[in-house]
Amino acid sequence: MTEPVLSIRNLTVEIPTRRGLFKPVQNVSYDIHPGEIRGVVGESGAGKSMTGNAVIGLLDEPARIASGEIWLKGRRIDNLSAEEKRAIRGREIGMIFQDPLTSLNPLFTIGEQLVETIQLHLKVSASEAKERALALLERVSIPDPKTRFDQYPHQFSGGMRQRVVIALALCSEPSVIVADEPTTALDVSIQAQVLDLIKELASETQVGVILVTHDMGVIADTTEQVTVMYSGEVVENGPTDKVLSAPEHEYTKSLISAVPRPQVKLHRFPQVSYGGRETTFKIEDLARNWHKPELSKSGKLVEVKGITKKFLEKSALLPSRRTYFTAVDDVSFDIKDGEVFGLVGESGSGKSTVARMIGTLLPVDGGQIHFDGDDVTAMSAVEMANYRKQIQMIFQDPFSSLNPRMKVESIVAEPLLHHKLLPPDQVSGRVHELLDRVGLTRAAATKYPHEFSGGQRQRISIARALATQPRFLICDEPTSALDVSIQAQILNILKDLQEHLGLTMLFISHDLPVVRQMCDRVGVMKQGQLIEVQDTETLFANPEQAYTAQLLDLMPRLAQLSS
Amino acid sequence: MLPFILKRVFQSFLVLVITGAIAFSMFTFVGDPIDNMLGQERTMEDVERLRAQLGLDKPVPVQYFRFLNEAIQGNFGVSYRQGREVSEIILERAPATLELAALSAIFAVVMGIALGVFTAIRRDGFAANFIMSASLIGVSLPTFLIGILLIYLFSVELGWLPSFGRGEVVQIGGWTTGFLTESGLKALILPAITLGLYQMTLIMRLVRSEMLEVLRQDYIRFARARGLSDRVINFRHALKNTMVPVITVIGLQLGAIIAFAIITETVFQWPGLGLLFINAIQFVDIPVMAAYLMMISVMFVVINLLVDILYAFIDPRLRVSAK
Repeated sequence: MTEPVLSIRNLTVEIPTRRGLFKPVQNVSYDIHPGEIRGVVGESGAGKSMTGNAVIGLLDEPARIASGEIWLKGRRIDNLSAEEKRAIRGREIGMIFQDPLTSLNPLFTIGEQLVETIQLHLKVSASEAKERALALLERVSIPDPKTRFDQYPHQFSGGMRQRVVIALALCSEPSVIVADEPTTALDVSIQAQVLDLIKELASETQVGVILVTHDMGVIADTTEQVTVMYSGEVVENGPTDKVLSAPEHEYTKSLISAVPRPQVKLHRFPQVSYGGRETTFKIEDLARNWHKPELSKSGKLVEVKGITKKFLEKSALLPSRRTYFTAVDDVSFDIKDGEVFGLVGESGSGKSTVARMIGTLLPVDGGQIHFDGDDVTAMSAVEMANYRKQIQMIFQDPFSSLNPRMKVESIVAEPLLHHKLLPPDQVSGRVHELLDRVGLTRAAATKYPHEFSGGQRQRISIARALATQPRFLICDEPTSALDVSIQAQILNILKDLQEHLGLTMLFISHDLPVVRQMCDRVGVMKQGQLIEVQDTETLFANPEQAYTAQLLDLMPRLAQLSS
Repeated sequence: MLPFILKRVFQSFLVLVITGAIAFSMFTFVGDPIDNMLGQERTMEDVERLRAQLGLDKPVPVQYFRFLNEAIQGNFGVSYRQGREVSEIILERAPATLELAALSAIFAVVMGIALGVFTAIRRDGFAANFIMSASLIGVSLPTFLIGILLIYLFSVELGWLPSFGRGEVVQIGGWTTGFLTESGLKALILPAITLGLYQMTLIMRLVRSEMLEVLRQDYIRFARARGLSDRVINFRHALKNTMVPVITVIGLQLGAIIAFAIITETVFQWPGLGLLFINAIQFVDIPVMAAYLMMISVMFVVINLLVDILYAFIDPRLRVSAK
């Protein structure tokens, strides 16, 4: 075997805190060979990214390398001065970040950013640098590089921007690329393209890639070697197919079993049980203080009839010269009492817009939405207040959907007080009960949102949504921002709630395996249109539309996984 | 781009018409100037004659139209107090104020941005913390007090700089300048610092907080990961992004420098527009007040128009949505 291009030996990173030294990375060792893609997997906080940051010398103060060595092509680099480390960054080690929307400077054209980086690392003239930049754009398959060269980042789509970021990382033919969750922010079809590009580049230019991710599907699809990390330590290390098919460590086993399977439908999501962190809560308590499931008159709680939404694309003085972008085009579907209806599709297909229109956050431009027989689009203010009480939403980002200046108690109590559902002296008791219900302790009530992890915050969102005892819950990508182990907990809570309280749900996700476990029926959206509605099992077994089949095909497969 | 500019120009025009109406309404509502201009011993004939001469006997809309028409041509009538053309008085006084305002604006912007960037980059350094604390004094002390303290220190105690007036001035065409003589330059220093200090601290604090925000962004991290040097990151990538919101505030503040030069000019007995305006208020010299109001609003509108255009020039995202 060839010499490793990068070796990490017994790396420990420490952060001094008031309560002593905290070690987010302990004794981590792994090698990367030329042309090899090494996956580093683990839940958030496992120290995956921190290791990557240590490699490129970008640890945030006060974190520092406490012990261990990093070797790059036979040269030790962990003890270099800041200036020497800077010289290596970008030239020898490239970096790709998670969010392509924020990694490029919005005020410079991508050409300027490429030329700047090329000229910094390779001493070439401006025109040579431009030539090289164009070649790089061509290399990462950006169509029409000459025009694109002078455009700004906001004129590129997410996937295209990630290609530009990759081009930037490749500017001076680095020997290693650290890719930190490079496709987490992209949807399935774009993710597949970007991963293919990385694979291609690795085999072609012999660059070694460290691929940090929490997505087992990506690991299975892309990597040759995998390192599993748990709470700062490497628990397992080896060839990907071997680790995935015959995991040795308990944590790896439970992590793999927690990945939602697209092939089978299970009653509950398996949780990561390692470390005794599986949270339980009393299911029998769920229905206490909850009204009897109310049945709608027609058996169909929500009827969406031909709704349309148009956004202004180009404004003009004369109405006839304005152009519109049709985000949702004549979409109709029904949701029965107690049913979980899934909506899937790529980003930009209009899923969230549909949810927002049903949640009355956006007005409809055409069509009707009936809730228990009443037309939502023609409600009086009083009827609207009553409707809003019966529907609640849970959003994707648990970090921005909770007011950071409010205590959890006030957050959960707000809907109760707003709709005057309880006398003020009973509110606090109800809030505690709601927090119990989602598996949080009473102590949580007096804390602020930033004191909680992503998964706990999403529980707070659920508690808030349940406060009004809604009949209908709209979940817009509720677990997309969470990693596998936390995702399983949240989905199980939603599932239990749905079963025990008879809730009706609209569940939006781009994660097809999750949709298969959660939903009774699924609608597929493409470019604003609903192209197919099926029972979940039928859809996954025999998709009618070619597009649906294509979507199913793009799911990262865990074929090697024994389950 | 062009429709965007045209739209802004149209809005600016509307603003001017409205301030014009306010300026004009002063003539009708702020007392009767005839009482002021003619003393106790006046005859009815005198009053009528002056009224007709000033056009005050015509209906209000006619007067307004006449006022606007004249104002556009730079003619604001005759000062009640001095009996001279208002435009002539203003032109005579304007250079003093404009030179003072320009110098303090440069002082405020250059020092504000430089110190703001410095305190952002050396966030925890001793010097940065000292500047931040000292800047609090700059914001909290009233302008006149700062002026008086500076006069006390540099004029009375040290005797380095003059305490009032413009010093010697040189006449170039219709413009008098203090930039060309030593005493003129010396006389500018204290009033310029007094006038610009508040704006400087404001700009500095804004630049600092915006810059800290920008330095937290992913694209700055990514720029570091590309191996760019700190200098390029701070002054090219971060500063440009910092300037987007800062420019708006700078635009408003520049207008404020000219408009609120009044206090500084009073403290330093600076023979500029502010002093003229104060005297005009004391005497209810409405044509001067109206002209001053119009001039200040034109400046505000023009500066903000330029800022908006500059804004779109710096931020490409605005260029697209403005189309």
